[in-house]
Amino acid sequence: MLDTARSLPAAPGVGYKAQHFSAIMADPGPVRWLEVHAENYMGDGGRPIAQLRHLAQRFPISVHGVGLSIGGEAPLDRDHLARLKHLCDWLNPASFSEHLAWSTHDGAYFNDLLPLPYTEATLTRVCRHVAQLQEVLGRQMLLENPSSYLAFAESEMDETEFLREIAARTGCGLLLDVNNVFVSAVNLQTAPLDYIAAFPLDAVGEIHLGGHDEQQDESGAPLLIDSHGREVADPVWALYAQVLELGGARPTLIEWDNDVPDWPVLAAEATRAAALMEPAR
Amino acid sequence: MSQRAFTEALLDPERAVPEGLTGPAGAPIGNRFDIYRNNVAVGLTEALIAAYPVVHRLVGDDFFRAVAGVYFRQQPPRSRLMKDFGDTFPRFLAHFPPAKQLAYLPDVARLERARVHAFHAADTPPLNATGLEGSDPARLLASRVRLTPAATLIASPHPILAIWRANMEGGPKPLPGPCEIVVARRGFDPVMAELPPHGAAFATELKRGRTLAAAHATAPRGFDLAATLAALAAAGAIAALEEPT
Repeated sequence: MLDTARSLPAAPGVGYKAQHFSAIMADPGPVRWLEVHAENYMGDGGRPIAQLRHLAQRFPISVHGVGLSIGGEAPLDRDHLARLKHLCDWLNPASFSEHLAWSTHDGAYFNDLLPLPYTEATLTRVCRHVAQLQEVLGRQMLLENPSSYLAFAESEMDETEFLREIAARTGCGLLLDVNNVFVSAVNLQTAPLDYIAAFPLDAVGEIHLGGHDEQQDESGAPLLIDSHGREVADPVWALYAQVLELGGARPTLIEWDNDVPDWPVLAAEATRAAALMEPAR
Repeated sequence: MSQRAFTEALLDPERAVPEGLTGPAGAPIGNRFDIYRNNVAVGLTEALIAAYPVVHRLVGDDFFRAVAGVYFRQQPPRSRLMKDFGDTFPRFLAHFPPAKQLAYLPDVARLERARVHAFHAADTPPLNATGLEGSDPARLLASRVRLTPAATLIASPHPILAIWRANMEGGPKPLPGPCEIVVARRGFDPVMAELPPHGAAFATELKRGRTLAAAHATAPRGFDLAATLAALAAAGAIAALEEPT
């Protein structure tokens, strides 16, 4: 079950960008909490860490790791685990989350979230890594569903079943990225509502919403790219409303990482999320 | 399918897509694997452009993206922190034949690397210039000068500081000639200052823990000690003056 003693408010948050520092401190509007990428705050000092210290005095912070490679075949990197622990120790964030993905091989880091086959062997490995991370951090983590562009012939179970098992075996919570659900469903020609219906919503400690780009595959079928470079698409808002109806209001993040807009545009997305959350309270 | 097979194909667009990957409901994979190839290439290239804006301007976007592609395929990131990616780029450029005509390019890259280092360095309050004044000259010479963690010293046969300023701040056209630079930090912003001739080598001796007198002894006749210390202090490169006990 979800550890609610230390958690984010069931309200909108945004992915923090340095260019918004003054605007957020002056008037955060509907934004009640902030999320940062763990790996951007692992230098020795300087402005990023100083800004984060300021922000943390005023807002609950969600630390979102992008580089641990939880799905990697190799053991988790001890140095990186120590860096994550150091960050969580001094910042004491309201939440820590990472991805169901891998990003390293043989010492190389690819700076991308790479896909996993849903097999019993992968499940065992991911559970081992999640349990180890929770042990090192001394806290529950949230694991995020990926956006998929392809499938593995060797997969033995659905993604929802895979994530449900991880949560059950490790006690971790889940981060439900609704845009990823939509992107994956379009790309793999499945039904996003079936995914939501099968998802263990009780374990969801946070929701992500972000923008995607639309391309086409060689047969002309739509191929969506999880780009985080624009407004949340209308069908993703509609899917989010369904999630709220089924699971109730949850801490909801607007992710906008590329072509980052001025603060009012981002705040407007948060306002839209807040309005949808209202009837679900 | 192993992650080794996946990564080999990820970094080499000529290689066949690994077996065992499909599109929807077992359909052929088509061009879907290229999404990952493209994500990796764009992500790493953009990170390199952000770290090396002047090199990017000097060689142009097309050339830079081509160089970045060769670089990250030869030397994929070894660190999960994007601030570290590109730490070997200056040396790579020095041995990259297509960039050979731009002899100053590797040193411009070293300067940009030093700025990234300074930006993320530990917060050590620098000593003000005034902290050095009024000291007894004999005691001063027997002192050790501890540099801040942000400080990097660079000597180049090319006017790389003027090149940087011309490209980033609209500074005047650079005149040929060598330069010596300290890069450090005041507040949270990297600061660059030109050092007098032999200043970089002198400050490197200080960094090794030599006293001012010992470091001065390595400098040639006519070396401007006072101006060098003033420039180091102005850049925020001096953390402390450790007088003899």
